[in-house]
Amino acid sequence: MAILLDVRDLSVDYLADDGTPLHAVDGVTFRLEEGRSLGLVGESGCGKTTVMLAILRLLPQEGRIVRGQVLFDGKDLLQYSEAQMRQVRWQHISMVFQGAMNALNPVRTIESQIVEALQVHSVVEHAQAARERAGELLRLVGIPPERGSQYPHQYSGGMRQRAVIAMALACNPRILIADEPTTALDVMIQAQILELLERLQAELHLSLILVTHDLGMVAEVCDDVLVMYGGVVAEYASSDVIFNDPCHPYTQRLLQAFPDVGRPGAALASIPGNPPRLDDLPPGCRFQPRCDCPRRGPICAHEPPPLTEIAPGHYVACHWVRKV
Amino acid sequence: MEGSPVLQVHELYKYFPLSQGPWAALTRKRRRMVRAVDGVSFSVHRGEILALVGESGSGKTTVGMNVVGLQQPTRGYVLFDGYNVTEWARGHGPSLEAKDGPLAALSRRRRIMRLRQKAQMIFQDPYESLNPRQTVFDIVAEPLEIHRLARSREEKKERVREALETCGLVPADHFWDRFPAELSGGQRQRVVIAGALVLEPELLVADEPVSMLDVSIRAEILNLLHALRRERGITILYTTHDLATAGFFTDRMAVMYLGRIVELGPTAEVLARPQHPYTRALISVVPVPNPRRRRQRFILQGEIPNPTDIPPGCRFHPRCPCAVPECRETDPQLRPVAPDHEVACIFAGQL
Repeated sequence: MAILLDVRDLSVDYLADDGTPLHAVDGVTFRLEEGRSLGLVGESGCGKTTVMLAILRLLPQEGRIVRGQVLFDGKDLLQYSEAQMRQVRWQHISMVFQGAMNALNPVRTIESQIVEALQVHSVVEHAQAARERAGELLRLVGIPPERGSQYPHQYSGGMRQRAVIAMALACNPRILIADEPTTALDVMIQAQILELLERLQAELHLSLILVTHDLGMVAEVCDDVLVMYGGVVAEYASSDVIFNDPCHPYTQRLLQAFPDVGRPGAALASIPGNPPRLDDLPPGCRFQPRCDCPRRGPICAHEPPPLTEIAPGHYVACHWVRKV
Repeated sequence: MEGSPVLQVHELYKYFPLSQGPWAALTRKRRRMVRAVDGVSFSVHRGEILALVGESGSGKTTVGMNVVGLQQPTRGYVLFDGYNVTEWARGHGPSLEAKDGPLAALSRRRRIMRLRQKAQMIFQDPYESLNPRQTVFDIVAEPLEIHRLARSREEKKERVREALETCGLVPADHFWDRFPAELSGGQRQRVVIAGALVLEPELLVADEPVSMLDVSIRAEILNLLHALRRERGITILYTTHDLATAGFFTDRMAVMYLGRIVELGPTAEVLARPQHPYTRALISVVPVPNPRRRRQRFILQGEIPNPTDIPPGCRFHPRCPCAVPECRETDPQLRPVAPDHEVACIFAGQL
């Protein structure tokens, strides 16, 4: 399989009000192969969304990409001009933003909002063709095309999420990034959206990046998983390895904190403490202050652990996890 | 766990009238009703944790509101500790039990106050249920003042301290001068729980208390609720749409669909052997955190119908994968399929 997206050592700083740089994302590395799905998991504030925004070069003004490469089809997006980037966004890589379903324009019909996306990116010139394409897109995500003439308030939450996904697919992207696509939706609607994403992935040969804090969803949908903590990669491997043979203490603790409907009554262990604040990052391993691994030692507090490939395709950033 | 039920909900109905236009009013069209809760009965034993599970629109939150007396039922009643809560709050009609009970001498207002003290509700969103201009101390102390439960400043301080520390905000003086904005999501939810606990309630109605929280904090709050039951024998009615968290710490589970309970039984039993097609579908779509255990999902298409327009017969039949023509006519009632396990489906026991 061809590697579609190759992110290397990506680092992002946010400038605080007084100008001091806060290292929000530090040395994130991962690959996305064509047609596969990657789950990006971590708690709120761990930098998941920042990584995605950096890839699309959509960081807010205070954000700076300070290091790294984002190779899309072998070309570094960080070297692109803004005009070139505009070609990439939506047409090659598109993103369903968190809460986008609540950001639809309330006074315009769903169809006209999809048509706008098509015309802005000049995929379809003629209004009639654009409307036909919008209908096609709605059908693709399971909305009867005649409902395109309705307004967002006439849609349920699940339908609005589908409409937003349709919009993201307007220009036939090769990569779809979905940021918390099911948060705030009911379980059954969540399942419908997941099913839709899986179907789209297969039908359109999409590569998918799912950004979420829901480990269950990742286990259901993703081939590979990137676990982030405090702006760095903690562990990166296939889903099977992450869920059955996790090596980083953080991954292990995160899994123990997640309730499993297949094992009712099993103990849940929370992770004491809070994730680090960006203005107060620990000097060594960022998880060290909350880590209760019996093997931990003084080095953890001084030196950040490098991301090491301990087995083919299994990367861990912990001083105490060695190559097998 | 056995013993007398601390909470009995009997044939509870809660309808909300829809606002209607002037034309409908003039033509005296019958007012349309949102049938949020449409005949729900269950009981909870002292020290038990009951999960009320359902999607939005199932009526689970409305049941909780009626239990703590924040809403008055359209029909039916709620007995709390044997006293008819609904009559208390309404203040008319003969009370079922209160006449001879120790509370009979109290005024209506005092009786409502007693109920509020004994049955407390925790809301979903810890970001919106705290007053941003009050300190943690003021938030937690306010219920004490309203109920005039602290005789001195010292006592008030002590009780606030105890409530905060029970909720894991240790040491309390480290937190009580802060404002909600200075706290993390998990800490805020602890403050919300402390505000309920400070009255030493016997019943907590926890309405989706963790759905806004991150995974590790979620575990913290659930463990806290679990500990409250274990250490103080507090009875908990836990409403949620998340079967995985319900499976973790509840004893029994009631699954609601469109204002009715469709299945009720011991949590482990319901999760392992669901008998209602809706329960089965709901369980099958909960993401399991292990790719080796991916299961067949029974995804129901469409959404919960509008509760103004409840389908005739079995209210689940339009979405039910097992429906037969009879389901359009028969409105199935809960009936036992195993000890303590009841299901409202004509195929109960055969699924």
